Amino acid sequence: MTHQPDGGAWLPGATDPAVIRNFCIIAHIDHGKSTLADRMLQITGVVDDRAMRAQYLDRMDIERERGITIKSQAVRLPYQAGDGRTYVLNLIDTPGHVDFTYEVSRSLAACEGAILLVDAAQGIEAQTLANLYLALENELQIIPVLNKIDLPAAQPEKYAAELAHIIGCDPEDVLKVSAKTGEGVAELLQTVVELIPAPIGQPDAPARAMIFDSVYDTYRGVVTYVRVVDGRIGTRDRVTMMSTGAVHELLEVGAISPEPTAAQGLGVGEVGYLITGVKDVRQSRVGDTITTANKGATEPLGGYRDPKPMVFSGLYPIDGSDYPILRDALDRLKLNDAALNYEPETSLALGFGFRCGFLGLLHLEIVRERLEREFNLDLISTAPNVVYDVVMEDGKELTVTNPSEFPDGKVAIVTEPIVKATVILPSEFVGTVMELCQGRRGTLLGMDYLSEDRVELRYTLPLAEIVFDFFDQLKSRTRGYASLDYEPSGEQDADLVKVDILLHGDPVDAFSAIVHKDKAYSYGVAMAQKLKELIPRQQFEVPIQAAIGSRIIARENIRAIRKDVLAKCYGGDVSRKRKLLEKQKEGKKRMKMVGRVEVPQEAFIAALSTSEPAGKK
Amino acid sequence: MTLSPSTPLSLYVHVPFCASRCGYCDFNTYTATELGNDVTRDTFHEHLITEIHQAAQRLADTHRVDTVFVGGGTPTLLGAQALNRLLAAIRDDFDIAADVEITTEANPDSVDPRMLEDLKQGGFTRISFGMQSSAPHVLATLERTHTPGASSAAAKAARAAGFEHVNLDLIYGTPGETDDDLNRSLDEVLEAGVDHVSAYSLIVEPGTALARRVQRGEVPMPDDDIAADRYELIDERLTVAGFDWYEVSNWAKPEGQCRHNIAYWRNAAWWGIGPGAHSHLEGRRWWNVKHPHTYAQRVSANLSPMQDEEVLTPEQRALENLMLGLRMKAGVALDAVPTNDDAITDAVTELTDQGLLDPESLEHEPSMLALTRRGRLMADHVVRTLAV
Repeated sequence: MTHQPDGGAWLPGATDPAVIRNFCIIAHIDHGKSTLADRMLQITGVVDDRAMRAQYLDRMDIERERGITIKSQAVRLPYQAGDGRTYVLNLIDTPGHVDFTYEVSRSLAACEGAILLVDAAQGIEAQTLANLYLALENELQIIPVLNKIDLPAAQPEKYAAELAHIIGCDPEDVLKVSAKTGEGVAELLQTVVELIPAPIGQPDAPARAMIFDSVYDTYRGVVTYVRVVDGRIGTRDRVTMMSTGAVHELLEVGAISPEPTAAQGLGVGEVGYLITGVKDVRQSRVGDTITTANKGATEPLGGYRDPKPMVFSGLYPIDGSDYPILRDALDRLKLNDAALNYEPETSLALGFGFRCGFLGLLHLEIVRERLEREFNLDLISTAPNVVYDVVMEDGKELTVTNPSEFPDGKVAIVTEPIVKATVILPSEFVGTVMELCQGRRGTLLGMDYLSEDRVELRYTLPLAEIVFDFFDQLKSRTRGYASLDYEPSGEQDADLVKVDILLHGDPVDAFSAIVHKDKAYSYGVAMAQKLKELIPRQQFEVPIQAAIGSRIIARENIRAIRKDVLAKCYGGDVSRKRKLLEKQKEGKKRMKMVGRVEVPQEAFIAALSTSEPAGKK
Repeated sequence: MTLSPSTPLSLYVHVPFCASRCGYCDFNTYTATELGNDVTRDTFHEHLITEIHQAAQRLADTHRVDTVFVGGGTPTLLGAQALNRLLAAIRDDFDIAADVEITTEANPDSVDPRMLEDLKQGGFTRISFGMQSSAPHVLATLERTHTPGASSAAAKAARAAGFEHVNLDLIYGTPGETDDDLNRSLDEVLEAGVDHVSAYSLIVEPGTALARRVQRGEVPMPDDDIAADRYELIDERLTVAGFDWYEVSNWAKPEGQCRHNIAYWRNAAWWGIGPGAHSHLEGRRWWNVKHPHTYAQRVSANLSPMQDEEVLTPEQRALENLMLGLRMKAGVALDAVPTNDDAITDAVTELTDQGLLDPESLEHEPSMLALTRRGRLMADHVVRTLAV
């Protein structure tokens, strides 16, 4: 545990709320949030130059490689301001992606202010805008900042005007910094002290602290990050999780500066961590309120929500014998991911696997990548789908998270999740993007010019349409210049049908999809054609059919194979041919049987990848 | 080298030179006459003779040689004198069977009556010409240099020179070839009066000029269904003309089968002389360095030209026996198949039901696995099914 040289007011638990400033940085990926945080750590002397590790706050390898922050943390920075007083700046890091909107909202709720950090060469992106709106809803003080002003391509005047237009300030108020060179960062810290309000709470009321993050650590168990709103949480207290009523001993209380530093407690307005010895982040949920077990609060803070999976996909090991490894791996990941859920599932085509629920596509992609990288698994994931509520004509209701479970009987109503989507794009692409959104059953909510040549489009869209290949389409139609953000916006009834794919008369569960009635035909035709290309010819003719119930809507034929022999086999060919045969024998083991049809694993993988999984934007 | 003294040996001699390279060919052959450091086409047979001596020394006993096959490349580019000197060297070092079969491959362009007579005199008993097709546009696609009609003329000349056994090679399924083209090629073959025909479907081998042309879209990929049709057409016409298939791609008149090639398919013992040549002695396979220049340097220094070798496990030998033997009309004995009883019974039933294995051969004593005509076109599938 590091020792802080400046005692007294510095120590967590004894800080006057008047010198505390709690803030976060809202920024798009690559707009320089981590670099700015690094610079702040240096300027405040919390990390010396030698110990400076680039992007100190992002801990996981995947995050570093992808330049995104999945797990937020909070760091406590001492700062001697212009007035000679030492302030405590709590920089709360926020997750930076569309899938983690709820986590972002909790991080924002722990702050009184936010730095809106925008790349001076690129302007604001959709996701930043969405988070800005969240911050404004939380009544945060916004400090607009343009970063990377040292770049030759920077257009600080243009984007200052854009920011001023969006948040309703004067372009002069937009600070200009270079996190890379450090230019303007000291002035920014001074502005944080001056503009962001000190936290206000009732020191004598029962303790109430909001969990804004919860991280599983192999050595310490779950580390829970909290913002104390009222009262005080001391080391000797036992605490209650108000959503469940569960009581835990406190093993340690402290603040990160930048390493965990134990303290006697946390008081009003302070930000720090608690360790209770629990082993699963589900026992310490983001958004929950913590109080003391003795004389605790009766009313939790507002805003708690259970994480709800929005996107589902089946994950299957390519090598069936890896199933137990996959199960253990999911159990391990779950410890650190309250939003991940899964249950065993069997697919006729793919064998044993798990149906997994995710917050969104990026969440899916991150989990999949961690499974493959950290647990050395090769996986097939089925095309992602959303969750449907189905009401049958006899009044029976069911929830469908796997298209193959969509009922065959008389369906009265199907409801699907919808989202409010924001697209920011250069104005020249408005036509093509509107066409895309219309084609995806979107409803235009509004359109604004952010600046002369940049437009914000707002749509309601079915989540299923976004999950399909919306990102790729958007990127290719706008040459990568559009950015997208969306948030759940309830449900709607829709005219949806299940399209089954039959191979030689046998349905292939992994290829079933729930699609809008108007798109069933094109989906069926496309899938049948794709499979015709992917499945090798068999000893007999194999019809591929797409069907809605018993009605065939598309058909292709794979003709029977007639020739499978090497013309020449003389002395010099024997070794080579035997090795080829041995390889083919191995390949045969990787074939999946669908009825009598042999389908290579590769065909499943290729057929299920409707597109590249969603990217960061 | 271990080879029981009574085991007869086959010798293959590789001549790695051609006048020009055909677009589809991926064989180990070179068009240059000078390969540097005094390695030249004109004297290359000396190096081959050196390896023949090496082979004889490495085999402890003097072996009987039943068959010799000089292939390439284009062996006849060396000239009759050089080829005959190769044979003389073999005679010096080995016991030659009284009924020895000695074949050389030849390009129709590179022989004349005089040369054919010389080869016959030197001891060659069989000659094989690469005819491929009689259709000019097919020969053009294959980048063959000979003119239509040259092959049957060469075959007739060979017969006139006293060759009892003459083979013509055909390639079928070349993009642009029609049924009529193939029929005319077969007319020419039958008219030439040969006793052996090999017919190969065109394979686009990676790295060849043809593969590049296919990739660039200049030539379409050969179609497997068309190739299957053509195979059946060839089999029909040759059968009617008195030829009998004895291996997937080979047909012969009675007594016309190539015993050298049968040695390959029966996994017998053979020694390959020359750059890139493969050898097999009782479960041990090895192969020589590929480039003629490296090869020449090795044998000149009295070093073995072997590049690498493999010693086969019993399972691998069994798999090879199946894979090779099944290509032949007689097939392989059921009890020689390397797998457990239940699986093999199921596989045999499945393949028989699919019309790929001949049900009558199964009734023989011992029970034999033999391909039907449809099965011949699916031989690799049959082997995979039986071997798993």
